[in-house]
Amino acid sequence: MESVTADRAAVATRRFDLAHGTVRDLNHFLHRELPGSGVTRVDVENPGGRHAIAVGIDHPVDVEVLGHGGYYLAGMNKHANITVHGNVGWGVAENMMSGTVRVKGFASEAAGATGHGGTLIIEGDASLRCGISMKGIDIVVGGSIGNYSAFMAQAGRLVVCGDAGDALGDSLYEAVIYVRGRIKSLGADAREEPMTAADLAAVAELLGRAGFPYAPSEFKRVASARSLYHWNADADQEY
Amino acid sequence: MCGIVGLLVKKPELRESLGRLMVPMMVEMAARGPESAGLAVFTGPIGADRRKFSLYAPSWSYDWAGFEAAFIQHFGTHASIDICGNHAVLECDESAARVKPWLAETFPQLHMLAAGRAMDIYKDIGHPAAVADRYDFSSLTGTHLVGHTRMATESAVTPDRAHPFTAGEDFCLVHNGTISNPYMIRRKLEHHGIRFETDNDTEAACRYLEWRMREGDDLETALQKGFEELDGFYTFLIGTGDKLALVRDAFACKPAIVAETDDYVAVASEFRALAHLPGIDHAKLFEPMPEEIYSWKV
Repeated sequence: MESVTADRAAVATRRFDLAHGTVRDLNHFLHRELPGSGVTRVDVENPGGRHAIAVGIDHPVDVEVLGHGGYYLAGMNKHANITVHGNVGWGVAENMMSGTVRVKGFASEAAGATGHGGTLIIEGDASLRCGISMKGIDIVVGGSIGNYSAFMAQAGRLVVCGDAGDALGDSLYEAVIYVRGRIKSLGADAREEPMTAADLAAVAELLGRAGFPYAPSEFKRVASARSLYHWNADADQEY
Repeated sequence: MCGIVGLLVKKPELRESLGRLMVPMMVEMAARGPESAGLAVFTGPIGADRRKFSLYAPSWSYDWAGFEAAFIQHFGTHASIDICGNHAVLECDESAARVKPWLAETFPQLHMLAAGRAMDIYKDIGHPAAVADRYDFSSLTGTHLVGHTRMATESAVTPDRAHPFTAGEDFCLVHNGTISNPYMIRRKLEHHGIRFETDNDTEAACRYLEWRMREGDDLETALQKGFEELDGFYTFLIGTGDKLALVRDAFACKPAIVAETDDYVAVASEFRALAHLPGIDHAKLFEPMPEEIYSWKV
């Protein structure tokens, strides 16, 4: 029985070693050959900070990136479950549609930018502009986030277990931000609001998804004051 | 877009490998800056009363022997010259204040890239892999170095506009980004008698910081003033005789990553430039924060 299981696992897992192959080969497999292949898991060895690893996947599969990734890792992801055993560069899971991306290290700038759906979990810190213009994605950060995060964020939730930098949620639309630590400063039109029972339940559910052991009651809610939604003629052009 | 690389080795036995460790970093960053490359390598300082000058000639077959003879004849002093194609490092016991005007008058076609006791500069146009090969960067030895791959935005692609830029002695700067007020800085510095050699924005930043240090600021204080005076986007990597310093502007639009081990501090625009370094799997990796000063001493 054991050898059969092992054979099945061997068939179901495909390895790409980027020390010897190209990102283009990897992505070609993920886009063109994966559907119908029976492969359920793809291991990416020696990613070496290469850009655009595992972008544009449109099929359920587990991808394990065994090291540090470069820019736009898991960009436009749909359906796939991608884990990075290291850090990532700019724009991880940019414009993600669905699925899950987990980064075990830290993420550089613009993590989850413009994401429409799915869950992005960053176990370490995320740098500046985390969740910029997010459009429905859920982002859970185990550490802290940098300045200008959630700028013009339109929909989705951003949970931050550490601190937030300057100008959090500047020009925020309907995305909601939950911060456990200190907020250095809020951006224009972002305001702190009381946590409701629905907020506590949402944070509990998102922390559960990420596996972070914090109490929802430790978090503050930041949302849009909606004062920038309408042109204010009385402002007398004084900004 | 440009690429930045920097390396400071902590253990004396690694000084022999400085260039060999750095070249793959620079070649990887060629994707960010494919048209020019350059570096400043810091050897241990020569004697306090001696100086070396990095010189750039217009041709690969320049008559350096003739230049050396003219130098010795004029100054009546001993000098040695280390030639590498169109670059040469002249070592002597004459000050920059005496050599510079003589050079401008007698050999106007030569460009003095650097002066000091520790720093040698090599820079040229061409793909960074070709430039590294041309000047045999992998054979360079020393305590630390600052390198750059250029994709020009603010001025023409010429050897003198390649980075690093230098000012004063043993001071250089490489830059990823654009300075928005270089002419304001330049006008201010020109009032203090400081002369510019190019129309490049990075030169303004370099000369501004070096000017602050000549006015008595230490490197950190000069950089702090730079945050106020220099407008624009930048990641700067700065080399001095015994230091490497890294800063990013308030908006941090230009990347940088640092890897530190017991053996070295390595800086690059992107992690992929560091991926080959020995011990990188156990290095402390971090991204510099906006308007924070990071510096490391030899």
